[in-house]
Amino acid sequence: MKLVTVAGPPSSGKTAVILKALAHLQREGRRVGVVKFDCLSSHDADLFRTADIPVITGLSGNFCPDHYFITNIEDCAAWGRRLDLDLLVSESAGLCNRCAPHIRGHLAVCVLDHLAGVHTPRKIGPMLKTADVVLVTKGDIVSQAEREVFAFRVRQVNARARLLFVNGITGQGSWELSRLFDGAPDDAPLTGGRLRFSVPAAVCSYCLGETEIGEDHQHGTVRKIQIEEASRV
Amino acid sequence: MSDARNPCDPSVGPPLAGGPQLIGETAGRQAAALQESAGLRPSNDSPLNDSRCDEFLLLNRLPARAAHRTLRAWWDAQTWDFRTESGWDYERLAEGLAAFLSANEAVAGVPLLRSLEVRRGRDKDGQPEKFDLFFKPGDVVCLVGPTGAGKSRLLADIECLAQGDTPTGRTVLLDGCAPDPDSRFTGEGKIVAQITQNMNFVMDLAVAEFLRMHAESRALAAPEAAMQRVLEAAIRMAGEPFGPETPLTQLSGGQSRALMIADAAFLSPKPVVLIDEIENAGVDRTRALEFFVDQGKIVLLSTHDPLLALSGARRLVIRNGAVQMVIEPSPQEEANRLHLAALDRRLAGLRERIRLGGRLDEPWETLLGVGTNAIEQQPLSPGTSRANLGSQ
Repeated sequence: MKLVTVAGPPSSGKTAVILKALAHLQREGRRVGVVKFDCLSSHDADLFRTADIPVITGLSGNFCPDHYFITNIEDCAAWGRRLDLDLLVSESAGLCNRCAPHIRGHLAVCVLDHLAGVHTPRKIGPMLKTADVVLVTKGDIVSQAEREVFAFRVRQVNARARLLFVNGITGQGSWELSRLFDGAPDDAPLTGGRLRFSVPAAVCSYCLGETEIGEDHQHGTVRKIQIEEASRV
Repeated sequence: MSDARNPCDPSVGPPLAGGPQLIGETAGRQAAALQESAGLRPSNDSPLNDSRCDEFLLLNRLPARAAHRTLRAWWDAQTWDFRTESGWDYERLAEGLAAFLSANEAVAGVPLLRSLEVRRGRDKDGQPEKFDLFFKPGDVVCLVGPTGAGKSRLLADIECLAQGDTPTGRTVLLDGCAPDPDSRFTGEGKIVAQITQNMNFVMDLAVAEFLRMHAESRALAAPEAAMQRVLEAAIRMAGEPFGPETPLTQLSGGQSRALMIADAAFLSPKPVVLIDEIENAGVDRTRALEFFVDQGKIVLLSTHDPLLALSGARRLVIRNGAVQMVIEPSPQEEANRLHLAALDRRLAGLRERIRLGGRLDEPWETLLGVGTNAIEQQPLSPGTSRANLGSQ
């Protein structure tokens, strides 16, 4: 079974693009499945089920979404193998841009959309920088010039990824993506493998449910902002 | 491994499962070559000695370089706190710098296209198509046919460099050869620029600022001159003038279409331009086509506008998913095109009068010049003759 991680900001078109690409593979007789990692709620499972794609939804709730992902991905992969899947796509929304669910040895995909603006590639962290494939969506509604600038900006932070323009509505580019999914490494080891980028070092009282504000309630690893005092004239 | 692949075999995926980092073989080689050529292999020390490097530090909100000449020296000079808490380590930084610098070289290597061929496929009933298509730089070819006839499918086949693996079974050849299979799987490998009615500028920037940004991404030798040329061409095409300081998002439909066309002609590296319906936009369409022809672009125009359709060297009639007919303008059509062009200018004049608050209260004959010899009243500029619009 191939495991592919797909990550991208909320509403960038991850689900739509995955659905289009998986449809190509289903037509070729491949067995495909999806794990959808989200924080609070997700209705995408229905979309996958309608397309005859077995799906697990994992809601991280109070937990750090990326910690939740990495502590559960093995179980999800085991589920996929029990279903005898050829391909399991793990979809997760990158929320704070600090982390990335990408795993060494497994195909890593980042989804961005043109409407987020040309500065976006520089704001997205390891989710983009460590990806093998960068998909850029919603290109049908922005100018060709903006698309070219966007591609260039992506290149500036990730020189080695494949960059594909994909349209989740019309399916343009989804066939190419399905070829990349199909070419992903098979049965790459997961247990004992490594994330491409570490998750945060901080464990503070707020991670553990603290809600009160004030020095007295700040325990654990805490980092203070450095503010330069304005000199008075 | 990738060299042995048959590019026409759809079952063959792109080479992906290369090294442990999963770089596509060719892409990996390219990246490595780029890094080598820039003297920037991440494992060794990287020079940190020009304004591009300073820009990299600035963009990543990293401390500026002082007297440091290499990335290692700069890194070692940072405080322990910074090195542990910034989220960077030396390897990642070196990789980031290499990526940033190589982005320029990646766009510089745009291939010249001498010919584009589309080998026949089949229609929606599976019947073989009748025509192979051949395009060369400077060709303007129109696509006609009702909605759903298959115009978009033909444009999509060209866009994805189909290799017998799309529903139409068409095969696209560049300079007579199947394209490098890898190039189908990267945006930069695509040869096609698109302009459609649905496209908008979404960036919150002034026109000049944006053009500068696009020119910069092309790593052009004279970005200012390129920028100026696009701006002048766009203003000549648009009905209403606009300036370099106008925000992109405030351009009218016609102005932004004109800017997109001028940008695609002069700044985009793509040798093929697909245009979907530009007739309603208030743009000098004949002039738009001339810009593309002068730049040696291959233009495929999906249109039902009579003037544009007759301006092309050929028009492809699409029906039931296939090219059913290839029409070359007859001498009569050619003569009629001149009349249409004159009529078009007349209409543009009326539009201008309305814009300036004028009235159209003359008798019909003088108003539109119908019945009089419109062509002689408005002599054609040599630039609008069909010879300039490409021929077989």
